[in-house]
Amino acid sequence: MAAELHVELVAADRSVWSGAATLVIARTTSGDIGVMPGHQPLLGVLESGPVTIRSVDGGTVVTAVHGGFISFADDKLSLLAEVAELSDEIDVKRAERALERAKSEADAAAERRADVRLRAVAGAH
Amino acid sequence: MGAQAKVYKRRIKSVSATKKITKAMEMIAASRVVKAQRRVAASTPYATELTRAVGAVAKGSTTQHALTTESENPTRAAVLLITSDRGLAGGYSSNVIKAAEELTERLTREGKEVDSYIVGRKGVAYYSFRERKVTESWGGFTDSPTYADAKKIAGPLIEAVLKATAEGGVDELHIVFTEFVSMLTQTPVQDRLLPLSLADKAEEQEKKGEILPLYDFEPSSEDVLDALLPRYVEARIYNALLQAAASKHAATRRAMKSATDNAEELIKSLTRLANAARQADITQEISEIVGGASALADASAGSD
Repeated sequence: MAAELHVELVAADRSVWSGAATLVIARTTSGDIGVMPGHQPLLGVLESGPVTIRSVDGGTVVTAVHGGFISFADDKLSLLAEVAELSDEIDVKRAERALERAKSEADAAAERRADVRLRAVAGAH
Repeated sequence: MGAQAKVYKRRIKSVSATKKITKAMEMIAASRVVKAQRRVAASTPYATELTRAVGAVAKGSTTQHALTTESENPTRAAVLLITSDRGLAGGYSSNVIKAAEELTERLTREGKEVDSYIVGRKGVAYYSFRERKVTESWGGFTDSPTYADAKKIAGPLIEAVLKATAEGGVDELHIVFTEFVSMLTQTPVQDRLLPLSLADKAEEQEKKGEILPLYDFEPSSEDVLDALLPRYVEARIYNALLQAAASKHAATRRAMKSATDNAEELIKSLTRLANAARQADITQEISEIVGGASALADASAGSD
């Protein structure tokens, strides 16, 4: 069996995704980081950005994560996010509208949130 | 029908109407308890992971942080009291307010000035009636709090703890809320949230038999702690809000159940009284008829 890591993606009010994966790419404050099985224990601060999880069955799960932490030890990876949305949960039209509105109101935080959502849907990385 | 029997009938009708209302409220509260419990359960993974991460930082570094440093001479403390917006929940709000009063008294005895932060209109009403100073209050979401609400509350509290005491900051943060133990038991608890003792956290983890590895911190242990602690406080407040909501619904359910039971009993005794009154009316009517008939019989016997 190929090496795999167990991923637990939890938001403040629910568990978003959990399962086995071969690679997880997340954006920390000091840049994108890819975690594969056997990585050394890690605890990092996440930027809002898309998180890509390559699951063992070959599928790719992309989520938009807004702030949180990544912690990895013993091939167990936890992604803690205040807000996390799976890419297929995201309403593209709504995110686009939010982006337009945020741009016109010059609301940088909202613009970033909408942008992250859209990029998660587009399957960034 | 006699006047008395009529009065009883009317009262039975009004009590039955009340019973219907309380029964409905009981049922609504029961379904809300289940929902609230589910939300408590849904927030648990995040809280556990976060506590684990805090434990990991505590063990892996000797970093000092404003939120974890004990003040040598604490003079001010903040108390966050979580009550509900609405009543009809038996002793729910007054119990938790009483617990907060005890805590406030204890802190005052220890020579600390207490700043009150209140969630829920019941608590605000209690304090404003007694003309006590409330530093900040929130309301309108106690029935089903969201994480954003917890964030809204945590913001000013963390700010107050980070501020120097001389500039109106506080040294300690306490939280008083109602813990949801079971459907039947909800106990008010007082808990010190900040400063957080990192050594205790690390110990807690070890007690669980979990050996924490030495982590690589990204970008640095200070930055991780900086980001982690406010989230930890938010998660704790969120959990307290959810538990308080579940407790409130459970208390409402219980209060409404006893109201329904009381109404039932009242209806039963009123029905008895109404029956007795009706029977008395009938007996009187009969005795009047019999009396009248015998008077007639006597009169006709006398004329013979």
